[in-house]
Amino acid sequence: MSLLSDLVNLNLSDSTKQIIAEYIWIGGSGMDIRSKARTLPGPVSDPSKLPKWNYDGSSTGQAAGDNSEVILYPQAIFRDPFRRGDNILVMCDAYTPAGDPIPTNKRHKAAKIFSHPNVAKEVPWYGIEQEYTLMQKGVNWPIGWPIGGFPGPQGPYYCGVGADKAIGRDIVDAHYKACLYAGIGISGVNGEVMPGQWEFQVGPVEGISAGDQVWVARYLLERITEISGVNVSFDPKPVPGDWNGAGAHCNYSTKTMRNDGGLAVIKKAIEKLQVKHKEHIAAYGEGNERRLTGKHETADINTFSWGVANRGASVRVGRDTEKEGKGYFEDRRPASNMDPYVVTSMIAETTILG
Amino acid sequence: MSALADLINLDLSDSTEKIIAEYIWIGGSGLDMRSKARTLPGPVKDPSELPKWNYDGSSTGQAPGEDSEVILYPQAIFKDPFRRGNNILVMCDAYTPAGEPIPTNKRHAAAKIFSDPSVAAEETWYGIEQEYTLLQKDIKWPVGWPVGGFPGPQGPYYCGVGADKAFGRDIVDSHYKACLYAGINVSGTNGEVMPGQWEFQVGPTVGIAAADQVWVARYILERVTELAGVVLSLDPKPIPGDWNGAGAHTNYNTKSMREDGGYEVIKKAIEKLGLRHKEHISAYGEGNERRLTGKHETADINTFLWGVANRGASIRVGRDTEQAGKGYFEDRRPASNMDPYTVTSMIAETTILWKP
Repeated sequence: MSLLSDLVNLNLSDSTKQIIAEYIWIGGSGMDIRSKARTLPGPVSDPSKLPKWNYDGSSTGQAAGDNSEVILYPQAIFRDPFRRGDNILVMCDAYTPAGDPIPTNKRHKAAKIFSHPNVAKEVPWYGIEQEYTLMQKGVNWPIGWPIGGFPGPQGPYYCGVGADKAIGRDIVDAHYKACLYAGIGISGVNGEVMPGQWEFQVGPVEGISAGDQVWVARYLLERITEISGVNVSFDPKPVPGDWNGAGAHCNYSTKTMRNDGGLAVIKKAIEKLQVKHKEHIAAYGEGNERRLTGKHETADINTFSWGVANRGASVRVGRDTEKEGKGYFEDRRPASNMDPYVVTSMIAETTILG
Repeated sequence: MSALADLINLDLSDSTEKIIAEYIWIGGSGLDMRSKARTLPGPVKDPSELPKWNYDGSSTGQAPGEDSEVILYPQAIFKDPFRRGNNILVMCDAYTPAGEPIPTNKRHAAAKIFSDPSVAAEETWYGIEQEYTLLQKDIKWPVGWPVGGFPGPQGPYYCGVGADKAFGRDIVDSHYKACLYAGINVSGTNGEVMPGQWEFQVGPTVGIAAADQVWVARYILERVTELAGVVLSLDPKPIPGDWNGAGAHTNYNTKSMREDGGYEVIKKAIEKLGLRHKEHISAYGEGNERRLTGKHETADINTFLWGVANRGASIRVGRDTEQAGKGYFEDRRPASNMDPYTVTSMIAETTILWKP
C-alpha cells in the first residue's frame, strides 16, 4: 500500500500552483452529506473569490431529471486535512438556477435570521455537543458489541479507558486533529455513556458559522470512518432499551447574557423557549421521541423543564453561570441528527426576536 | 490504515497555537480511570494556569442526576505521548461545586499530610513497584495462557525471554518509553513470576508527586493496552491457586533515614508501622486477603513481620541498607489495586506524625 499512500500524500506545491477544492453540500434527506472536487488555478482564502458550481440534483433527490442542475454557492473555506498543502474544503448551500434556495437548504433562512440587526448585535455564541455512534460495517451493530449479544451494562464507558471500555478512540483522535487542522473550532471530545458512542464539541462559534462548522466536522467524521471501515450513525436512539440515546445539546449565549445581570436575561430566554416548546421539538430532529423519554439523562419530549446542573431537564444552566450571575445555558433537547442551521437560528429567533 | 495514522500523528504546531489537554480523574470505584479532552489556546507549563473543568458525575457513580456536576482541579501536567507536540495530560482531583473533595478523592487528604511542616521537612521519597496482569480481551484469561487450560508452572517466567516465557513485552516497552516521554519517573520494568504478569517501578519521587505519577502511569498503561487490544488487570490475585498475586510494594525513606544513623530511624519507623498493622492493611487494597497468604513471597495478612532481605516478610530491609547503616525499607503489603495517595500519605503519617 505504500505506493498508493505516497501518491495520496504528494505535496504538489513543488510542481504546480494549482489547488484542489472539495465542494461539500447537504443532500436530499437533509442529513446525507455529498462532495466533489475541482481544480482551481491558485490558493484561495475567501469564499467570495470561489466560483459557484453545480451538481446533478436528480441523483440526490433534489431535482427532476429533466431539470437537474442545482447550483452550489460557496459559503465557508476550511483547510483540507486529507490533501493538506493549499487544498481546501468548501461548505456550500444549494439553489435553483433561478437563485432560490432549494427546500433542503436550511442555511439560507438561518443566515437571514443571523443578519437581522437585533440578532447580529447580540453576537449569539453556540457550543454544540455532537454525539454519535460508531457502527460495524455491514452489520448495523455498534462497534465492540458482540454479534448476537450485548456488552456489559452502562457504567464503565463514560470517559473510559482500556480495550474493554473505549472502542474506536483512533477515529476520535484522528477527527480531533483533522478538525483543528481544518480550522474548525473543536473544543473537546469525550467517550460517551453507551459503548461505541462518542462526542465532540464545536464552539464557542458565532452565528451562522456554528452551523457551517458542525456540518464540516460531520463531513470530516464521515471521511475518517470511511478510512477506518466503520459506519457513523447520527440516529438519536440507535439501540432501544436501557442504552443512552445520542443528542446534540446546544449551548447558547448572547452578549447580554454574558454581561453582568445576564442570569435574568437567561431566565427570560428560557421562558420564551418554554412557550414555543412544541415548535422547537418539531424542528429538533427526526425520531427524537425514541430518545427523549425522561430516562437516560433526558427530559420527556412532552415536558419542558429547566434546572441548574440538572441533566434530566430540557434546559440546563451550569453552576458557574448561576454563581456568577451571567454566562450561558444548554438546550438538551436537540437530537444528534438535528440540522444545526435550523436549531441555532431558531433559538436566536425565539429568544431575541420572539 | 496509514491515512488514519497520518491524521492521528498530525503535528499541529504548523497550523495552530492551540493545544489539546486530556484531563484525567479517578472514577466512582476508586480504581477506574476516566478522561476527556479539551482545546486550550496555547501551551501551558504550570497546572495553576489550567482552567478548572467539570464532568457528569452521575455517569461515574459520583453524583446524582439532578445535581450532576463534579469539578476537576488540575494538579499535575505531563507530556502526552499519544498526541505529542505541545499536547498534555493533566492529572486532576474531584470536588463538589461547593469546593469539598468528593468521597473518592483521596488526594486532598494526602496533600494535607504532605504539606505538614514535619513531613515536608523529612522529604519523603517513594519508589512504587506496580505489578499488573495482562488479560485476553473478552475472556479475561491471562495473555499467553491457553484458553480452557494453564501454562507450565511458575519458574521460567520471572525476567524471562522467549515466545514461550514472555507474553506482552511490546506493551511493557511502549509503556516504558511513553512514561519517560511524559515525564514520569519510571525507574525500571521486569517480567514477573506469573506468566502474563509484569511490573514497572516509579521513583524515587518526593511526596504527593509519587502518587500523581503512579496514577498517570496506570492511565498510560491502560491506553497502551487499549491500543494493543488486551485488558489490564490490577486485581491482587487474578488466578487463585499456585500462581503469584500482584502487589504494589512501596519503598520509602525520609531525610533522616538517608543520613548517618538512618538505620535506627528505620527500625523505629517499622515498629510504628507494626503497631498500626490493621489500620494500614484495611487501606492497602480490596481483596488483599486473597493475596497475602504467607505463600508466594508474601507475609500472611494477619501477621506483621520484618526482616533483612526477607521476601516473606511484611517489610523488607535491603542488605545494602543494613550494611551502610542508612537507606530505605520496602513495605510489601500494599496490593496492586491500592490507591497510592492513601498508601504513601499513610506511611508518612504513621512514621513521622503518629505517636503510639
